[in-house]
Amino acid sequence: MNTEAIIDLLYKIADDQLIIGHRNSEWTGLGPILEEDIAFSSMAQDKIGQSLVLYRMLNDLGESDPDTIAFMRNADQFHCCQFVELPIGEFDFSIIRQFLFDTSEIIRFEMLSSSAYEPLALASKKFKGEIKYHIMHANIFMKQLGNATEESVKRLQDALETAMPYALGIFETSEYEDAMMDEGIFAGEATLRNKWTERIEEVISNTALKLPDIGNIEPKTGGRYGKHTAHLQPLLDEMAEVLRIDPGADW
Amino acid sequence: MYGGGNLFEPMSKDALKEEDPVKLSEFEARIERGEKIEPADWMPQMYRRQLIRMIEQHAHSEIIGALPEGTWITRAPGFKRKLALMAKVQDEVGHAQLLYSAAETLGKSREAMINDLINGKSKYSNVFNYPAFTWADCCFISWLVDAGAIVNQMANAKGSYGPYCRALARITIEEAFHLKYGHHCVIHLATGTPTQRKMMQEAINRWWKPMLQFFGPPDRISAHTEVLMKWKVKMLSNDGCRQQWLDMYVPKIWELGLTLPDDKLRQNPDTGKWEYTEPDWDEFKKVINGDGPCNKERLAVRRTAEERGRWVREALRKPKSEYVVPLA
Ligand SMILES: [Fe+2]
Ligand SMILES: [Fe+2]
Repeated sequence: MNTEAIIDLLYKIADDQLIIGHRNSEWTGLGPILEEDIAFSSMAQDKIGQSLVLYRMLNDLGESDPDTIAFMRNADQFHCCQFVELPIGEFDFSIIRQFLFDTSEIIRFEMLSSSAYEPLALASKKFKGEIKYHIMHANIFMKQLGNATEESVKRLQDALETAMPYALGIFETSEYEDAMMDEGIFAGEATLRNKWTERIEEVISNTALKLPDIGNIEPKTGGRYGKHTAHLQPLLDEMAEVLRIDPGADW
Repeated sequence: MYGGGNLFEPMSKDALKEEDPVKLSEFEARIERGEKIEPADWMPQMYRRQLIRMIEQHAHSEIIGALPEGTWITRAPGFKRKLALMAKVQDEVGHAQLLYSAAETLGKSREAMINDLINGKSKYSNVFNYPAFTWADCCFISWLVDAGAIVNQMANAKGSYGPYCRALARITIEEAFHLKYGHHCVIHLATGTPTQRKMMQEAINRWWKPMLQFFGPPDRISAHTEVLMKWKVKMLSNDGCRQQWLDMYVPKIWELGLTLPDDKLRQNPDTGKWEYTEPDWDEFKKVINGDGPCNKERLAVRRTAEERGRWVREALRKPKSEYVVPLA
């Protein structure tokens, strides 16, 4: 099997999970209601836990141990999409991001559940079960806030428009798309993007929101190849702050 | 988490004058027999007010307590610590949720309680007005401040108000995990590299006095709480809590090769009681009344969170549904 392609795929998914998890955890203590502090923390724990599983898989393929790859790389070595690294902003942005990103994520894991790469197929089946609840959370909030007050609808609409170019960056293709399809590892970003568009259209059609004209938006790409916004490096510095005090130590 | 040192409303001699003496003695007899008081049961006004005040302070302490540790979630060293700390702080917010519900059964809404927190009317545990400078401070809190909270909460779980006791039963189980996690973190620092050991010792030096103060002023200068003890609102005196904590944790701290910054600290071999240098109680009063190193920052964070989240709460409110007091 094409190990290089698998490593590339695992890195981008693991990095996405780690960084979105890190961002979601920033709501702890600051949520609009206590129940949302708890919800965002739960989702963050799931996602960071999933990234750990994927980093372990990478370790099995000859990469460094999870703590080293997660905490010690620089921004240009990260393969996450730019969408996940953006700051949490206000709750409107965070909930829109949760909706757009998690929808792509659950479809990705649905697709990967039948991957020819057995360890990833097994993990994806498990992740799917966890992310199901994240989707329920996102969809409930989209429906509630997207139909409630004038302010909530406007906020969500603005956030949707800000988020969309970055959301489309999730589907930036890798150089291994064909190889992965040929070997049955992953059915590819283009398929994922089509399924995603259908699902978000359906949820948004039950709100007072308008879906931006996706076909005419230039996606914010580069993340998959190590090109990031200015927000990622400070996040990574913060993440490694304690470890770097004494990198050889056992914390 | 919450220590002793609950601030109760001062009670005058005629606080109970208005109460029906027959009902009052029935109520006291029930408590005496070890029965739990439930939300719909008759209770003296003073019992209700003091309980609201105490449970509310406890709930506030959980959410404010989530702040100093919460700032270390994004910096926790490695996956294991990061995941554990996230779960721990999430538990603390969950405790607040449970406790606000318990207090709501007595007739004050969560919104009103949070408003009183923000406007400074109601208090929270003084210990959270001190900063967590380093990762080691965060570990100190997880182990030893939580340990202090457990002493108090285990005692209060045997109190007289049903909903509060049931909330505490669940909370103390989770706190036991926090303690284990915190202890594990401290062991790693205390037995680690010279840099780690130094970090841990400095954190202990910083937290020693606030930790002693955590349990509240000594009994001899505290307000009289005999009635509250009789009603099983307050279960253990401040000094009682403090002694229990010293008894359980000073030896464990010493065992790790760490020192405590108090020359007078020793267990009196005759009485079994711990002796220590009395912390500055005037300073304690100053800090609890708003003039500590982090009071303004802590409340500002909470206030900003409330303001930024207002539109969400308004959008979630269903105009036709009515407020229902939870039964807990
Ligand atoms: Fe707690
Ligand atoms: Fe705790």
